[in-house]
Amino acid sequence: MSGRKPVGLFDRLMRLPAFLWLAAFFLLPFAITLKISLSEPATAIPPYLPLLDWRGGLDGWSTFLEALNFDNYRTLYADPLYRDAALGSLTYAGVASLILVALGTPLAYALARAPARWQPLLVALVIVPFWTSFLIRVYAWIAILKPEGLLNLALRRLGLIDAPLTILNTEAAVIVGLVYAYLPFMVLPLYAVMNRLDPALREAAADLGAAPSRVFWTVTVPLSLPGIAAGAGLCFIPMVGEFVIPDLLGGSETLMLGRVLWTEFFSNRDWPLASAVAVLILAIVLGPVVLFRDSLRAGEGEAP
Amino acid sequence: MSALPASRLRLEELTKRFGTHRAVNAVSLDLESGEFFCLLGPSGCGKSTLLRMIAGFESPTAGRILLGEQDLTALPPHRRPVNMMFQSYALFPHMSVAGNIGYGLKGLARAALAERVADLLKLVRLEGFGDRRPGTLSGGQRQRVALARALAREPKLLLLDEPLGALDRGLREETQGELRAVQRRLGTAFVVVTHDPEEAMMLADRIGVMEAGRLVQVGPPADLYRRPASRFVAGLLGDVNLIPGRLGAGGPGTIRTVETAHGPVRGVAEAALAQGASVVVAVRPEDVVLGAEGLPVVVTDAVFLGDRLRRTLRLPDGATLRASGRPAEAGEMPGSEARAGFAADAAMILPA
Repeated sequence: MSGRKPVGLFDRLMRLPAFLWLAAFFLLPFAITLKISLSEPATAIPPYLPLLDWRGGLDGWSTFLEALNFDNYRTLYADPLYRDAALGSLTYAGVASLILVALGTPLAYALARAPARWQPLLVALVIVPFWTSFLIRVYAWIAILKPEGLLNLALRRLGLIDAPLTILNTEAAVIVGLVYAYLPFMVLPLYAVMNRLDPALREAAADLGAAPSRVFWTVTVPLSLPGIAAGAGLCFIPMVGEFVIPDLLGGSETLMLGRVLWTEFFSNRDWPLASAVAVLILAIVLGPVVLFRDSLRAGEGEAP
Repeated sequence: MSALPASRLRLEELTKRFGTHRAVNAVSLDLESGEFFCLLGPSGCGKSTLLRMIAGFESPTAGRILLGEQDLTALPPHRRPVNMMFQSYALFPHMSVAGNIGYGLKGLARAALAERVADLLKLVRLEGFGDRRPGTLSGGQRQRVALARALAREPKLLLLDEPLGALDRGLREETQGELRAVQRRLGTAFVVVTHDPEEAMMLADRIGVMEAGRLVQVGPPADLYRRPASRFVAGLLGDVNLIPGRLGAGGPGTIRTVETAHGPVRGVAEAALAQGASVVVAVRPEDVVLGAEGLPVVVTDAVFLGDRLRRTLRLPDGATLRASGRPAEAGEMPGSEARAGFAADAAMILPA
């Protein structure tokens, strides 16, 4: 530990709010969720057992602990519904992330290469959708994608189709919604990285005979990988647990963990199972977090 | 290696305007093949913009850039047979040294590429460094990688933007010599941009001095030092004493008399200056000799600098002169009166 700098009292105090925040709004709720996920559903308020009886003393604790079990996780493992939902979540989030990288990279590049005086305005335009409620924006997509919606109307006017396409309540609609909603989270970190790249590097590549496309693929993209990883991580992680978009734009067959969780919690009033799903989502999401953190570190190490 | 005439660079009335500001103003220049040319000027004089126009990173507002018979003016940078070494070196941090040097050699077969990269590493004395990342190299090593990378495509013309600017002093002098040696060996024309007159004089066959977007004087270092065309050039290339006065009769290139506040002084006027014109007589400190003749002065200060003694002299009107001479010659101590003279052909008569 000799390489570690001593931390002063002030810096320690400055860290305190972050720790308290994390403890109050992540660790504690997570502990509660974890406990509920090990309980059994019951027709009661709250709708699960066992409840810890503080008056029971040590005996109360041991009965309480004995009543906890992993049945809900066994259900998650045994029932194909949950495996399919997990797989569905990963697939939707994965496909949407790939599309986001493919769309966001040229978009961020265009932003970073725009004349300096236009950049603040263009970046603001990327953020502007946030000024409107998320729900309203998703509902707007219903109006666009539904059979008699704007998209079908436009395609028919153009003579490209005869009968309306069924887009709403399909997998495609979910992907469209995810990509639309998360694009800013892809573009902004990527733009930040690309904007910091030394323009002399691109010039040097061009000077050495590289056409613009080769400059892009051999210099800009490799040096932007930390931004691509950050953006993809920032999108993928919340998309895995996404509920609103699949619920509003997806069909009845759209299986994602967020929806399953909602159904268990509100329709079936099975809090313990819903909690188990929540813990599963967290476990799935932690994987990429660890993965991306490492790749981000590697990227930072190689930056000039 | 014989230099090809195709490597002759010609700039015709090259102009670059940013808004209303003329960064480069009607610069015309002919470069000899295989010449080591230096663009010298203070920051903001347009020398870097001029270099970037030759490389293709800025497009000229007016004028033409010719290399041999080829008109480069409208070509994008990646189509120009010209390479540039960047001030920051701009090495690709995600590629090895060999990857950097070989970047411009796309299309070469694997073995030929490896051989060429090895040759270039040898040229800049970095054998065995091919697998290293630029981030692990010292400043001097990075500079050499940048040079090798810029030379990889055998450019007809190599542009170098402040090539030694990022190096510390000791390394600079060593690198200056190396740069000259490489240039002589390859016979490639080099155009270097620098704000450091000493560097320009050490490197260049010819120096072009830029002032406020204009190329004000071009010539070999000694000519520029001995026969500057203006006070600006005289002062840029080294310390100089300026004595104002009125010009006497005579033609260009002859020795003429200037009436100064301290009496008549003789010097050479290269330019055609009218009799009675207000001028300055410019004298280098090393040409000022303390002796029996010349302007009456009082020695106010003497600083011993090892190889020379620098004296500060005060003229009767309070103006100061600086004289620099061998310590052995110097007997005059501060406070003593003396006469400061100089040879007429060492004194340059310049427009005031």
